[in-house]
Amino acid sequence: MNDDLAIEASGLAKSYRDVPVLSGVDLKIPRGSVFALLGPNGAGKTTTVRILATLTEADAGQARVAGFDVRRYRSRVRRRISLTGQFAALDEAQTGEENLRMMGRLARLSRAGARQRAAELIGQFDLTAAARRRVSTYSGGMRRRLDLAASLVGRPSVIFLDEPSTGLDPQSRLGMWGVVGDLAASGVTVFLTTQYLEEAERLAETIAVLDGGSIIAQGTAAELKQRVAAQRLDLTCANTAAMDELSRYFGDRASHRDPASLTLGVPTDGSAAEVRALLDAADPGRLLVASFAVRGASLDDVFLTLTRPDQKETAHV
Amino acid sequence: MSNALTMTGRSLRLSARSPEALLTALMLPVMLMVVFVYLFGGAVSIGTRYVNYVAPGVLLLCAVTGASTTAVTVCQDMAGGIIDRFRSLDVRGTAVLAGHVAASVLRNLASTVLVVAVAVGIGFRPHTSVAGFAAALGVLLFFVAACSWLAAALGLLIRAPEAASSVMFFLMFFSYASSAFVPVRTMPSWLRGFAEHQPATPVTETIRGLLLGGAAPVGSALAWCAGLGIASVALSAILFRRRTAA
Repeated sequence: MNDDLAIEASGLAKSYRDVPVLSGVDLKIPRGSVFALLGPNGAGKTTTVRILATLTEADAGQARVAGFDVRRYRSRVRRRISLTGQFAALDEAQTGEENLRMMGRLARLSRAGARQRAAELIGQFDLTAAARRRVSTYSGGMRRRLDLAASLVGRPSVIFLDEPSTGLDPQSRLGMWGVVGDLAASGVTVFLTTQYLEEAERLAETIAVLDGGSIIAQGTAAELKQRVAAQRLDLTCANTAAMDELSRYFGDRASHRDPASLTLGVPTDGSAAEVRALLDAADPGRLLVASFAVRGASLDDVFLTLTRPDQKETAHV
Repeated sequence: MSNALTMTGRSLRLSARSPEALLTALMLPVMLMVVFVYLFGGAVSIGTRYVNYVAPGVLLLCAVTGASTTAVTVCQDMAGGIIDRFRSLDVRGTAVLAGHVAASVLRNLASTVLVVAVAVGIGFRPHTSVAGFAAALGVLLFFVAACSWLAAALGLLIRAPEAASSVMFFLMFFSYASSAFVPVRTMPSWLRGFAEHQPATPVTETIRGLLLGGAAPVGSALAWCAGLGIASVALSAILFRRRTAA
């Protein structure tokens, strides 16, 4: 076993009533890194998090979190982790401060220690004005900040965030990203799940793509992009007829299709020679392509190519 | 243990801030007392002043309604995300449930004091010593604890918080079909059989005996409460594990 790893899992499997949700998930996450588990709804992200956070037992496979086996040393793991789920785990009828102090007591702080820790977190999460108000009066963004603050009361070394920005407005999302960045800078390990490619790319050093219960790709954002193609050539078609003709010509090679803007995207290495050859071959009469742009492949391209190769067209409509 | 205390503080704070819980804990008992003595009391003739007969019965009914709110609070907890947070802090389910039960017992202590005060105000004249009163209170609160554990187990079984409030009617039936409001001998024989073999009757008789003199089947009352309590604690532990296993 490797002590430099905060999370190490092999062959995790889980079924609910004979329906397999996870079928062999392997993970190796270094201490102090930010890891994103990316996948569509129903891919098994939450189940993976719940197994690693000791809330659910896997049917098969092993996992060590913060140095301890999640099955044999459940209590020790729990003292070193925190989990923030998709729904705020707070008492609506208690104030923000009361919630934090309660969590502090449960995290084995003394009464005075819990009060002090609550005050620190209230300041850190910009909740000073609302600290003595009941949570039922909080906005969605404030609630999420308090929820995250509550998960940090016991100073966990591994933090699980299950879809941390779901349901947040853009500004609150930016705030959340800032918090995750601060956490990473403080040396804790962050494991987050997300459906948003932008979020994974922005926050995480390592990204794993989960689909249909297993991990189909893993690496840095840059590495994942290379697995599809480093660059994408976006062709803006002259008109709808031209778009149809080019679509027929490229067929499955097109990784991006947006009829509204008459755009087709084709993987390329980005070299002048290849772009020139591509354009000449696709549009020998020089009438179909109005303009083009070469840009770095987005995680969307990777995601769609890896997860649903047969649904590329519908996914962008 | 310290987790259970933290949880008790939490449950007390939550019930103090819930208008429905306060209403059930304080207003309902007083209303029931008044209803039974003035509304039904005139029509019931049992050879003694009815207020003396029925006051222990109303105490029992209040104990049952108060305890049943535990089902609602437990059910609400299970419906939200907070149980996962507690579990990830390594708090046992028993500690969370024990907090709800302890808060229920303390709420009932308050409502019992209130009901006794109102009862005395409308003519209830207990005939007992301080020790006898303390013993009656002890038996009543033991019964509340047992019923609260049962309500907690039912709250784990029921998925919707709105449905959990129906636990009150289920538990109230046991106090109606007992010697709380009318002597068991006035009941048809099939109902008498049930009334004599369920906890509400021995508990009522014990409280009545301790407060007014006369026979007090303390042993039987304590045995029923202990049995109900132990079975409910075990049941709720199993149900909690099953609810959180997914």
